[in-house]
Amino acid sequence: MTDQAFSDTLPRAGAGQSRALRIGLRWTLYAVLILFALFYLMPLFVMVTTSLKSLEEIRTGSLVALPRAVTFDAWAKAWSGACTGIQCEGVRPYFWNSVVLAVPAVAISTFIGAVNGYIIAHWQFRGANLFFALLLFGCFIPFQVVLLPMARLLGILGLAGTIQGLIMVHVIYGLGFTTLFFRNYYVTIPQELVRAAKIDGAGFFRIFWSIFLPLSLPIIVVTVIWQFTQIWNDFLFGVSFSQAGSQPITVALNNIVNSTTGVKEYNVDMAAAIIAALPTLLVYIIAGKYFIRGLTAGSVKG
Amino acid sequence: MAPILEIRNVTKNFGTTEILKGINVAIEPGEFLVLVGPSGCGKSTLLNCIAGLEETSGGEILIGGRDMTHVSPKDRNIAMVFQSYALYPTMSVAKNITFGMKVRGVDPATQERKLKEVAAQLQIEHLLNRRPAQLSGGQRQRVAMGRALVRDPALFLFDEPLSNLDAKLRVEMRSEIKKLHARLGTSMVYVTHDQIEAMTLASKIVVMKGGVIQQIGTPSEIYNRPANVFVADFMGSPAMNLIPAKARANGGETRLEIARAGEPPLVLDHAAPAGLPEDVILGLRPEDIAEAGFRSGQQVQTVDCRIDMVEPAGADTFVVSEMGGKQVTARLHAETRARAGEHLPLSFDLGKASFFDPASGDRLN
Repeated sequence: MTDQAFSDTLPRAGAGQSRALRIGLRWTLYAVLILFALFYLMPLFVMVTTSLKSLEEIRTGSLVALPRAVTFDAWAKAWSGACTGIQCEGVRPYFWNSVVLAVPAVAISTFIGAVNGYIIAHWQFRGANLFFALLLFGCFIPFQVVLLPMARLLGILGLAGTIQGLIMVHVIYGLGFTTLFFRNYYVTIPQELVRAAKIDGAGFFRIFWSIFLPLSLPIIVVTVIWQFTQIWNDFLFGVSFSQAGSQPITVALNNIVNSTTGVKEYNVDMAAAIIAALPTLLVYIIAGKYFIRGLTAGSVKG
Repeated sequence: MAPILEIRNVTKNFGTTEILKGINVAIEPGEFLVLVGPSGCGKSTLLNCIAGLEETSGGEILIGGRDMTHVSPKDRNIAMVFQSYALYPTMSVAKNITFGMKVRGVDPATQERKLKEVAAQLQIEHLLNRRPAQLSGGQRQRVAMGRALVRDPALFLFDEPLSNLDAKLRVEMRSEIKKLHARLGTSMVYVTHDQIEAMTLASKIVVMKGGVIQQIGTPSEIYNRPANVFVADFMGSPAMNLIPAKARANGGETRLEIARAGEPPLVLDHAAPAGLPEDVILGLRPEDIAEAGFRSGQQVQTVDCRIDMVEPAGADTFVVSEMGGKQVTARLHAETRARAGEHLPLSFDLGKASFFDPASGDRLN
């Protein structure tokens, strides 16, 4: 709008009129946003309602209708009775497999990433930049490329088909990102802090424990959320490097959905899918506010 | 007594860039050494080499008579105060001060006693439980000094510790550091780019430029007998007047002629034996050019000069007159009669004059 046109409309549009216009626009905005939110929530809604219906009701009722009679039978079956192939133990054992896999893999890759980032940011060695560049390069290698060499390596190490093997794979492929996160956070910590600590007599690990780690909570949260989501949701490595007994929940979910005996139990599939997604959701809810804060955290003043 | 710090022929290269080109300095116990120079002169690098935070490329560093060239910082018996204070952000003031003792395994009772001593000395007892982020600049400065003090080191190192403070606080902290030095009597090495800090604090000044020491001396030596044009220009505010002149032997005296635009040359007779080359640079501090009648002495010569500019500065009034193609500043008293565009007789105190070689810049007398 030109200045001329703007000043022409101003006197005629009284104060009350422009206020009404502003409120109208605001409500339109809310309406659009609510619409988008509903659209995004639709699949979750269908999943939750379907999981609470009986098979009979699913067959006869509408997809988006609320359940007439709420039943948790499907959840119970998904947890401990659904069949993956010939076994009918539900997702429970696989859920624990995923926990046993994800917790150490997240902890180890976060810790090593922190040490790596600390070294690259504050203990520059010859070739440090090249080392960092190669680590970054590792972030962008498609996982499919490494499946065969990694299978061979796991075989040589005797870790093929074990959870320890999967932990190792996830640690290695997580290091690129965890190092990047910590390095970018630590370069904002002034070099003089390290120098002061050296004069005080602190060594490499003392400085890391006493000065860097206490400053790191925001970036630890970011890294943990990122790594947990990646590792928990991973399907490709899980399906490639595990065998019966060590499969993570994503693989089990796939097997449950794909092994049909007669009737397709949508309610069980939905319940199993929600169970599989719950932990990452919980991590976000608990630590989410640190996530944004950590991503945007710039300098550490003090 | 043996020197507390001796730097022998120290060099430092970063790749092919020479930062320090053969530095030799020694200080006696109790001295306050100030390294001063423009940014990039290598003074901070030298301090970091003394601290052991940077490896030297050559030469030796002795602290308390022991070769410390390749000893790690914690074993050099030094303490250092940094420009940004470098307080540990997640630790309380008390923990900041005791961290070093904790790392070295000093027993908790001694830690507590020393913390109390230092806190009382620096008047920071009421701050001990605060975090650095909750402190003002001056308070942070004190905590940083406290962290250095608890070490009882043989040598204190200061890396531009006042440059992050505002002007008023800087003057306050400057005199506190001076008092501290008087009270402790410990040797200190202090880096600054501020020549007034250097003059006020030092018992010995090292002026550096381009990785080379230009002059080592007491503040008065540096101020009154600068070794070359660079030192003359760098130390003192306003800077020393450096006036191109012709020197001729005139009996047992030297006659100096200074060209002036649109006026007859300024002629000064210097009662010193000849021996100067024909072309010289005459160095005179602004306070050594006074209004006629306000300066007496055997070597005072009074000449009429045209005043180009008058700058009242409160306690003094600075007047500027063009001589030898240079703007020459004189420091007159506040109630001067000087008016811009008019002539005024000025007294030149040649007893204080420095002479420099125009080609090399080195001092001649």
